[in-house]
Amino acid sequence: MALINLAQKELQVKIVYYGPARSGKTANLTYIYKHMSKQIAGKMVTIDTKGDRTLFFDFLPVNIGKIKGLSIRVQLYTVPGQVMYNATRRLVLRGVDGVAFIADSLRVQRQKNIDSLRDLDENLRFYNLDVKSIPIVLQYNKRDLAKAGVPLLSIEEMDADLNSDLQAPFFEASAVLGKGVFETLKEITKRTIRSVAKKLMK
Amino acid sequence: MDLILTEEKQRQLIELIKRELIANGAEHVVLVDSAGSLIVETGNYPLENVLPLAALSAANFGATAEIAKLVGEEDFTLLFHKGEKRNIHFSKVGKDYILIVLFDKTVSLGLIRLKTSKAAEEILKIMEE
Repeated sequence: MALINLAQKELQVKIVYYGPARSGKTANLTYIYKHMSKQIAGKMVTIDTKGDRTLFFDFLPVNIGKIKGLSIRVQLYTVPGQVMYNATRRLVLRGVDGVAFIADSLRVQRQKNIDSLRDLDENLRFYNLDVKSIPIVLQYNKRDLAKAGVPLLSIEEMDADLNSDLQAPFFEASAVLGKGVFETLKEITKRTIRSVAKKLMK
Repeated sequence: MDLILTEEKQRQLIELIKRELIANGAEHVVLVDSAGSLIVETGNYPLENVLPLAALSAANFGATAEIAKLVGEEDFTLLFHKGEKRNIHFSKVGKDYILIVLFDKTVSLGLIRLKTSKAAEEILKIMEE
């Protein structure tokens, strides 16, 4: 649910980073947090377990500047990827305006990506949304591991698995190295704001 | 459903919060929606602390709503966190909003509760206008 504050001339939108466990959702937010100035990115909150897996969510507010006189504040959230935390994922999706789906390029994670996208769709339907109508971009993360000789899915395979119906923009990335992180953020922000503006014009 | 907060509504909300809560000793008051978006806030805390406070409070309410369901309740309408020097009182305003009041140990919880429930009714009226 976007919030427009006319007194402060500010638009707030909520973007959720979704995807299977260990695909790099938190790594995306951490990179953004570390590489943006403190005037732009606010405090990052992480609720994780001892093994640095997200228990509840991560949260990072980012001010991305002005569009048509409105300051844009993007609230970035991640969800816990592990299957058993479905109730938490659903909770974090409340009021979502856009989704960045972070897929794991490891070949062994192929089915987990597919399952997670299906899970996203199911959870969005709880709020009368779905993956086809919400602004969404895909990120194929961990591409750097190819150099280390780890078996990865090809971009074509990932696109066929995840994006054949969606036809969403996708980015090859290595979140720990920062490759593709800002491209993903920029595209999902653009799409989300465009969709909110369209709804408001109605 | 997106929320548009007009200047007039913001003015009314801040005025109400100052009159009922800040004037009675609250340090900071924040109104958020159940998705964690900040609606209005006023008091002593910097915005960089208020934004995560808004997100975490909404999540806190979401989590306790799940606890409520386990014990046969639909929802818990208020939460209270007691610290050594500071306390936080959270209360549900209608179905979609949460009012967060931060106050120190010199202020009585009873007074905050009384004022919060009065303010909540008025907030709902303003938001639903």
